[in-house]
Amino acid sequence: MINNKFFGRRRPEPPRPIPPGQYLEDGFPVLSAGPTPRVDAATWEFTIEIEGEKAGTWSWDSLNALSQTDVHTDIHCVTKWSKLDTDWRGVSIDTLLDDAGIAAPTGFVMASCDGGYTTNMPAADLINGKGLLVHTYDGEPLAPEHGGPVRLFIPHLYLWKSAKWIRSLNFMAQDAPGFWERNGYHMYGDPWREQRYTGD
Amino acid sequence: MVTDSSTNWQIATVRSISDESPRVKLFELELSGAVKFRAGQFYDIRLTAPDGYQAQRSYSITSSPDDMGSIELAVELISDGEVTSYFHEAVEVGEQIEVRGPIGGHFTWNPSLPKPVLFIAGGSGIAPIMSMLRHRRSSGSHTPALLLFSVRSYADILFREELEKMSDDDPGLKLNFTLTRSAPPDWSGENRRIDREMIVAAVEKLAGSNSLPDRAYVCGGSNFVEAMGNLLLDTGMGLRSIRTERFGP
Repeated sequence: MINNKFFGRRRPEPPRPIPPGQYLEDGFPVLSAGPTPRVDAATWEFTIEIEGEKAGTWSWDSLNALSQTDVHTDIHCVTKWSKLDTDWRGVSIDTLLDDAGIAAPTGFVMASCDGGYTTNMPAADLINGKGLLVHTYDGEPLAPEHGGPVRLFIPHLYLWKSAKWIRSLNFMAQDAPGFWERNGYHMYGDPWREQRYTGD
Repeated sequence: MVTDSSTNWQIATVRSISDESPRVKLFELELSGAVKFRAGQFYDIRLTAPDGYQAQRSYSITSSPDDMGSIELAVELISDGEVTSYFHEAVEVGEQIEVRGPIGGHFTWNPSLPKPVLFIAGGSGIAPIMSMLRHRRSSGSHTPALLLFSVRSYADILFREELEKMSDDDPGLKLNFTLTRSAPPDWSGENRRIDREMIVAAVEKLAGSNSLPDRAYVCGGSNFVEAMGNLLLDTGMGLRSIRTERFGP
């Protein structure tokens, strides 16, 4: 449907395509379902579970002692903004699985966070370099409102999958909806297929 | 036809437009299929230019879920906002606009939640909270509630007369407006940003001196919501009892 009197602001063409329905954002908006939890890196602990059984645990120091990965990428939020050329540093999920001696999982995963937030995705979307735990954004420690000290980072999916204040990943054979997925959002969330809401 | 949910695009017709403040207009949109929604949910709107260029944005519903058949959206004019300037400068009654919704399930309230509830709004962040307060009224709910509403000036108190009438009719709803930039000479209310003291006073007025609200809803700009979330955590409220929605960057 055409809105005859609408012409748009005519932003400069993005240097490369962005997903459908998105607009470019220079700032870094914050979107969270609740207040920013108070997470102390000194007592922070991250766990990988297989079907709810603990398979590996890391402290802030042990996470930082692992091989670090730098990622330069674009990010896409379901609330319609995209941000180009962002820089992140952290530890790939592959590195964590190696460190714990866990074979590459199949099936699905549920990410759980301080504050009670959860989000689900296929395990395949976290491995082979696709997913990380990040602690540094643009060369600085990740700010609390952006998920610091540590957030999950899966830039090929909408940003709600990149769970802030991450505390555990539970690999499981059966898929289950996380927080937003129970509240009308898509189970997978591919920005390029505009999978924003249930049924998209 | 009434359906429970729809995320398909549909064409809505603008039924009325009114100025709610110097920067906020209200748009009543008639929907082809009346869709049930929960107070606090939003709609996506999509504008398409003659050359195919599209822009999508989300707007909270301000009307009560008990008003079927149409929804009211509040649109604040944002400098160089391509969608808000279209709404403010070009849209006329009768205009057709593509919408889909309702969307969002966490920042919602319903009258079956009986315990004291604290609402904190900054500027146009009143929008989804207005739907909750209108729902509270139209459903005959007596849930004790307090609205702490921060705006720049007196003219920016969106829905002021309606809120005051609601509160006059129902002592269970308390209002606290605060003007952060300028206040009329005869203003007797608060005139500073919401701070610890104001939050503590609101909590005590709502829940009593040794108690906390069961739930808080906070909506406004990102920095506002971040600050309010921190002040609420300081009162002892738990993370999970505080629900937030942030507007814009």
